[in-house]
Amino acid sequence: MSSTVIGTIVLVTVLGLLLAMVLFWVASRFKVAEDPRIDEIEKVMPGANCGGCGFAGCRAFAQSCVEKGNLDEQFCPVGGNEVMKKVAAVLGIEAAEQAPKVAVVRCNGSCEARPRTNDYDGVLSCRVKASLYAGDTGCSFGCVGCGDCVAACQFGALSMDPQTGLPVVDESQCTACGACAKACPKGVIELRAKGPRSMRVFVSCINKDKGALARKACKSACIGCGKCAKVCTHDAITVENNVAYIDFTKCKLCRKCVAECPTGAIHAVNFPVLPPKPAPKPVTAQPAVQPEKTQQDGK
Amino acid sequence: MENKHTFSIGGVHPDDSKLSKDCPVEVLPLPETVYVSMAQHLGAPANPVVAPGDRVKAGQVIAEPAGFISAFVHSPVSGTVKSVGPRADLAGNKVNHIEIAVEGDEWAEGIDLSPELVTAIPEDSAFILERIKSCGVVGLGGATFPTHVKLSPPPGKTAEYLIINGAECEPYLTSDYRIMLERSKEILVGAALMKKVLGNPRCVIGIEDNKPEAIAVMTESLLSLQEESKDFAGIEVLSLRKKYPQGGEKQLIDAVTGRQVKSLGLPIDVGAVVQNVATTLAVYEAVQKNKPLVTNVLTVTGDCLPAQRQHNYLFRIGVPLRFIAEQAGGVPEEAAKIISGGPMMGKAIANLDATTVKGSSSLLYLTDAQTRRQPEGPCIRCGRCADACPMGLEPFLLKRLADAGDTRQLEDNAVQDCIECGCCLYSCPARIPLLDVIRIAKGDVMRIIKSRPRK
Repeated sequence: MSSTVIGTIVLVTVLGLLLAMVLFWVASRFKVAEDPRIDEIEKVMPGANCGGCGFAGCRAFAQSCVEKGNLDEQFCPVGGNEVMKKVAAVLGIEAAEQAPKVAVVRCNGSCEARPRTNDYDGVLSCRVKASLYAGDTGCSFGCVGCGDCVAACQFGALSMDPQTGLPVVDESQCTACGACAKACPKGVIELRAKGPRSMRVFVSCINKDKGALARKACKSACIGCGKCAKVCTHDAITVENNVAYIDFTKCKLCRKCVAECPTGAIHAVNFPVLPPKPAPKPVTAQPAVQPEKTQQDGK
Repeated sequence: MENKHTFSIGGVHPDDSKLSKDCPVEVLPLPETVYVSMAQHLGAPANPVVAPGDRVKAGQVIAEPAGFISAFVHSPVSGTVKSVGPRADLAGNKVNHIEIAVEGDEWAEGIDLSPELVTAIPEDSAFILERIKSCGVVGLGGATFPTHVKLSPPPGKTAEYLIINGAECEPYLTSDYRIMLERSKEILVGAALMKKVLGNPRCVIGIEDNKPEAIAVMTESLLSLQEESKDFAGIEVLSLRKKYPQGGEKQLIDAVTGRQVKSLGLPIDVGAVVQNVATTLAVYEAVQKNKPLVTNVLTVTGDCLPAQRQHNYLFRIGVPLRFIAEQAGGVPEEAAKIISGGPMMGKAIANLDATTVKGSSSLLYLTDAQTRRQPEGPCIRCGRCADACPMGLEPFLLKRLADAGDTRQLEDNAVQDCIECGCCLYSCPARIPLLDVIRIAKGDVMRIIKSRPRK
């Protein structure tokens, strides 16, 4: 009996050694040389594989970084500057800082401001609805409200507000991957600079109709009157095709335009609540409400 | 004996509901203002050639084609151009329109408005084709494809069949039926004209057998014309067994010739050219009377309308839909949805202030009970959608692939062949919105196919 046991042990050991040698030979003979930095970069990536960078996934991004050897036009919006610093460290170069971005819904046509003109009874998908007709309100540009953006967001940063019928961005969750902007058939969602302490000013409307028509369809539409552009001292506002647009690289957050807008289409968010008049305090006052992000980025 | 002529796969049998079939065509009065859309045909929208303040006569060119697949647009009325600019179409999307204030009813010179039948076929095919083009004739069966393009087969291909589509397979619609009854000889001359252009192929006029009167009238007119002139030899009227979507181009070719158009192919690949009867009438008017396409027949119908309020109107193209609705006695209270076109493939009208276009064929009032979507259930794998699909597709599979976003598999399963007839949706017992989803997927796949470099 013992000879059977010993025989088996010897056979298996010898077989194991032989096969190990074969494997070793195969591994060294057919080795694919791969830059170890790709693995290193992939390790520091967030691993969401969201495609927000424009590549198929985190590994594809890492490969591209190593192949190019620089980080031009390559940015991981989810990881932000922190991750890009680590990626740059692996490559041994400096990463250019980018202002963090956030998804912004440029439609404020709530159920109240934008009355329904017809009743949509089809598939609850923005793409289907937008392909069939202009929408169930007088405005053919704004949010159609079926929540394709919410479904597209894999970070849980979007939700539909049942009160307004519009999507709401949870800034603490939004990674600016841009999936929602791609999913929106109306192009309502824009990625904008998050701004210092998350404070930013934007036109929450993309209605290109002439003022009277836009106003008729929606009480809070931009009517392209140009008052904001006139009052802006930083040349940040342009009015094109009957709709104003604020260039976030030029905007200095003075908020003169917000006060000037007759329809309230310009939104200023996350600004500290100022004490009541007659003592208007400068913008740089201590925030009464602490926004979730306190990083200052040179604006 | 049972009528054997119909297409070979799929199809459904919705109720006829031809409520307005006994209403003769009435001439709709002129409104105060008309709005002429620049996007009335498939292809590039036309370029306006008039400016506000210009005086125009009915039948005068007001917009020129903006490309090979595009068409002339003519003023339907005489009056003054008020404005040129974007206006909402029936889906609410902004399209360039020319607004004309109506003054009198003066027609441009050279247009023969007399009702006399002109049967002499011009010798010169190029002349016929030029007239069809300059009169802005487009396919009135629904797709509004410019007719002169369809009548010019690419080099190396010849037409063996000219099929005149009198199927009118959509329920409720009766405009084609009425013109076949009332203007049969003009349609036959139109058919002879197109036959001449295509080099004298066999010409078959396909009419579904739920319209026996139309078949009888067309046959009788054909016989009398054939006695008069030999230009009408080789034209025949064919009775088709009723089945939706018989009027689909590929289905009609199958029903008449037994030939099947390959995936992504054109009818001319199997030697067929299909034209609708309304188009054929427009061709007659264009060539024999030099009258541009500025009028068409439209049905106002619906189960919620009493018999005396059903209408078939000869309208000027550009008349607002609301004006037609008012002329027909207003929108009935029970109407929950107004459809332009038939109930199977027509579009719901979101904006009644929109204008009529060349392809407008009906104002169909449907009640809430008829149109309200029922809650969607789970797919029970019954396969009815696959049985019903006239293109031999598997809608249940396409829907699942579309939900998964698998464009490669969608293309392999020929989503691009979908003709959007709605048979799958109609036959689904679980009321799954198959077509809504498949249509989007088809668009995606077509975009991918078109973006590929051509061989």
